[in-house]
Amino acid sequence: MSDDATAAPVVPIVRAEGLTKTHHGEGTPVPAVRGVDLSVQPGEFVAVTGPSGAGKSTLLHLIGGLQRPDDGKLWLDGERVDAYREARWAVLRRRSIGVVFQFFNLVSNLTVADNVELPALLAGASPKAARDSRAELLAELGLEGRERSMPGELSGGEQQRVALARALVNHPALLLADEPAGSLDSKGTREVLRLLTRFHQRGQTIIMVTHDARMASAADRVISFFDGRIADDAQLGGGRPGPAGGVSGVLELKE
Amino acid sequence: MRLALLALLTRSPAHGYELKQDLEKLLGAAYPQPNVGQIYVTLGRLEKSGLIEGEDVEQSGRPNKRTYKLTAAGREAVLAWFEDTAEEPRVRDEFFMKLALAPQSGLADPIALINKQRRQYLNTMRDLSKLAAAEDRDNKISQLLIEGAMLHLQADLDWLERCQEELE
Repeated sequence: MSDDATAAPVVPIVRAEGLTKTHHGEGTPVPAVRGVDLSVQPGEFVAVTGPSGAGKSTLLHLIGGLQRPDDGKLWLDGERVDAYREARWAVLRRRSIGVVFQFFNLVSNLTVADNVELPALLAGASPKAARDSRAELLAELGLEGRERSMPGELSGGEQQRVALARALVNHPALLLADEPAGSLDSKGTREVLRLLTRFHQRGQTIIMVTHDARMASAADRVISFFDGRIADDAQLGGGRPGPAGGVSGVLELKE
Repeated sequence: MRLALLALLTRSPAHGYELKQDLEKLLGAAYPQPNVGQIYVTLGRLEKSGLIEGEDVEQSGRPNKRTYKLTAAGREAVLAWFEDTAEEPRVRDEFFMKLALAPQSGLADPIALINKQRRQYLNTMRDLSKLAAAEDRDNKISQLLIEGAMLHLQADLDWLERCQEELE
């Protein structure tokens, strides 16, 4: 955000108009995303929640170019991208969009270090720069000493942290997270949430799909997605008086 | 609070202020700050019903302090308390009544009610996360209490989602 009141309005990092996607599998076509309008500002942490099958992951995939819309318009950082072909999307994802998935999707026969450095090298970083970025991120994520491990040797929580490092190594303007704690235990979940919150506090824009209300409540905006549509779009925190005496008083004792 | 105080007194005799501090330390930030007056009133009632016995202890230069110890009947009451299972929590019936009656009255839209309620729960969830983060990591009892509140809220949110799926 700019302090200069005369500056041009901030360009949304994501803007969608009438975004539509229908899945054509076996049987009847299933509408997954039905005419979604959405705008996300730089620095926002947005959670998208809703029941499974509501289309929330499809929405995220459309925003990241992992699937193409049937209809509608999409702008990323002011640039119209819905008609991009795969090659241009690949470049965009390498430079501007980081993605983490529920099942990590690390390359199983590459070391932790190589998994993180690969996208940096693909984006044109020198081997030394890639190594430096990798070392910095792994330290930040508490994974020093794990550089030479293979993904299969790590716990789920550690693998997701490697995936997070890989997603962030090119300093993408936008981080997309699809159920990032969906396959983790509660300790791993807390860890991922803590890290996402930390990166968000430093200005990282994040869109996260989750069915977990605890995860969602870490975001500062929660979109409820039902049946392919936005049912509610709520700003959390700010401006709420809150219950008297805060939330302490969780426990009610009789008498 | 009656039984909480009795249970604390199974360890050793104590006075009202000590009991207040012990409860606070045990349960942490999630515990509604007990009013010391309330504790004294409760102790008075427990004494009247024969579950504890008070004894004044002289203090030099300060008013006497009344120390309480558990009686045999008090001990029985604590044992019976542990013996009983607690009642399960109830569904948020007031919200559900609103939801059930909104279409009847024509004065509110059920989906709007659900959305409003969800915002409130999500904000409370956020507050609870902050409380958990601010609270001493090593106070397991307090952390578990907050986690319990979050899991209940999670269930309420899941239930709202079910209501929305059915009613939309």
